[in-house]
Amino acid sequence: MPVPFTQTKETYDIIVVGSGLGGLTTANRLAYCGHKVLLLEHHHRLGGLATWFKRRGHIFDISLHGFPYGMVKTCKKYWNKEIMQSIVQLKNIVFDNPQFSLQTTFDREDFTHILETVFKIPVATVNRFFTVVSGMNFYDDQTMTTRELFEEFFPGRSDIHRFLMEPITYANGSTLEDPAITYGIVFSNFMNKGVFTFEGGTDKLIGMMADELERNGVTICTNVKVDKIIVEKGKVRGIEAHGKTIGSKAVVSNSGITNTIYNLTERNAFSEEFLEKAAAIRINNSSCQVYMGIKEGEGINDVGDLLFTSTAAEFDSTELLDRETKSKTFSIYYPKTRPGLNRYTIVASMNSRYEDWAELEEDRYQEEKRSLIARSLRDLDRYLPGVAQKIDWTEAATPKTFNRYTLHTSGTSFGTKFEGLDVSRSIFKEVAGLFHVGSVGIIMSGWLGAINYGVIVSNDVDSYLRS
Amino acid sequence: MTSEEIKNLILEIIEDIDDEADFESLNPDEPLRDQLDLDSMDFLDIVMELRKRHQLQIPEEDYPNLATLNSCAVYLEPLLRNA
Ligand SMILES: Cc1cc2nc3c(=O)[nH]c(=O)nc-3n(C[C@H](O)[C@H](O)[C@H](O)COP(=O)(O)OP(=O)(O)OC[C@H]3O[C@@H](n4cnc5c(N)ncnc54)[C@H](O)[C@@H]3O)c2cc1C
Repeated sequence: MPVPFTQTKETYDIIVVGSGLGGLTTANRLAYCGHKVLLLEHHHRLGGLATWFKRRGHIFDISLHGFPYGMVKTCKKYWNKEIMQSIVQLKNIVFDNPQFSLQTTFDREDFTHILETVFKIPVATVNRFFTVVSGMNFYDDQTMTTRELFEEFFPGRSDIHRFLMEPITYANGSTLEDPAITYGIVFSNFMNKGVFTFEGGTDKLIGMMADELERNGVTICTNVKVDKIIVEKGKVRGIEAHGKTIGSKAVVSNSGITNTIYNLTERNAFSEEFLEKAAAIRINNSSCQVYMGIKEGEGINDVGDLLFTSTAAEFDSTELLDRETKSKTFSIYYPKTRPGLNRYTIVASMNSRYEDWAELEEDRYQEEKRSLIARSLRDLDRYLPGVAQKIDWTEAATPKTFNRYTLHTSGTSFGTKFEGLDVSRSIFKEVAGLFHVGSVGIIMSGWLGAINYGVIVSNDVDSYLRS
Repeated sequence: MTSEEIKNLILEIIEDIDDEADFESLNPDEPLRDQLDLDSMDFLDIVMELRKRHQLQIPEEDYPNLATLNSCAVYLEPLLRNA
């Protein structure tokens, strides 16, 4: 249970700022290693983007659309077996667009079969493609783009490019112009065994994580926005929040990397060279979502778990970002999502640009949200005819919503482009005791990326404190 | 610690990481990674555990020395001589 901020001690070994999956994991690992950890979160609940909200008996999940099988091992090792045991597969992934309509289990075997039978690609080419992408490492050459990779194996096949890219663009905001290695790493993670989810919902997962943090002795305070990370003589001294100073040997910021550098730490703590690198960081896009709840007692047919839908002629990452994009994913949550709670909910997700929404006047903003909801209902009707009659709650989130809840620069959903990784990894070499954890570099984002990055950063922090 | 004790320590740590790991047919000169299905995260766990148990600081550039059971013993022996 979170404790009131007034009850915190004067000093801790480590203060973790932010409780996204990266922050939670770092706090948990370091406490498990025997350090005294204080975790501060600005929102009233833990989880960051791994979150949910309740309306009229519905529970809506924000970022529980699917994650790779790697979560099983990661949760077992860095959280606990109970958490691992709730991970289950989503077997019915649907693509529907003017170029092709198909269903898949989203794993290597099924993709190979589809590429061979639907797209008529020789199996040897498919195998070669899989061998190349699964052998990619983050330290490999980054000059090749994903577009070049696709052109090499499937020249001129915009249908295949769409099949391979669209889900990954939704998963982490990357485009055909991003380094092929970021594509290869994330795509291969999914291709390992398919798409998985957490049975019981995000609320159950975060509840179980909070219990584990407590067992390991982490002190948790919510509703605390950290205003400043205190640096003296090149070394971290602690933080300032609600006008109070708390000392620590290390601070791990799970706030966005740009927030950490520009808003939480004084500029003169960093070298010019480092600030130059930081200035070059490109922020990833944000999202829009529409949440739809089916009336209690009503049901819908099983039309798939995750639907990648579009009426756009071809895949185009700019089209995906348009305020009126014709492309969206539907996550359909059947009663199996939360056994015991006999409810159906649907979440439509779209990639989106912060500027497109932030600059609207209030009236226009509300009007645009209403049309976003109307378009989502219309598109959903293609798969579930007449569904609008069964829905008793609709609500929309925009990049402004994501910005408000996470404080992330431009409401970014997936952190930064590739260059952010190096800045995040090297911040502790600039300011002794200052670490960053959280979505960066495309590969360190998503639930799996954020948790694994939390483990990597814990290792850095532990090493620093024991040296 | 003797070379034998170090190998046992490493196996004990791996067993903590993966309780289903099978050491029966382990070849001490072959990479642990291939034989036990370990990934880079697992190696990080080994490094962190060695630090916790024996205050050992293993720099990132030395990680390749942990590739096989025998190379672990060779690399760690001087560091754990008094442990
Ligand atoms: C719409 C959407 C759908 C997604 N779907 C999926 C999916 O299906 N599968 C998947 O794997 N991933 C998905 N993701 C991505 C995934 O949710 C994120 O990559 C991951 O949860 C990010 O974790 P993080 O550690 O970077 O922290 P975040 O979740 O970004 O959390 C950062 C935390 O820090 C807090 N904070 C920031 N500044 C301060 C401060 N000054 N003081 C105190 N607290 C502060 C914030 O309040 C927040 O709680 C999705 C993301 C979005 C937006």
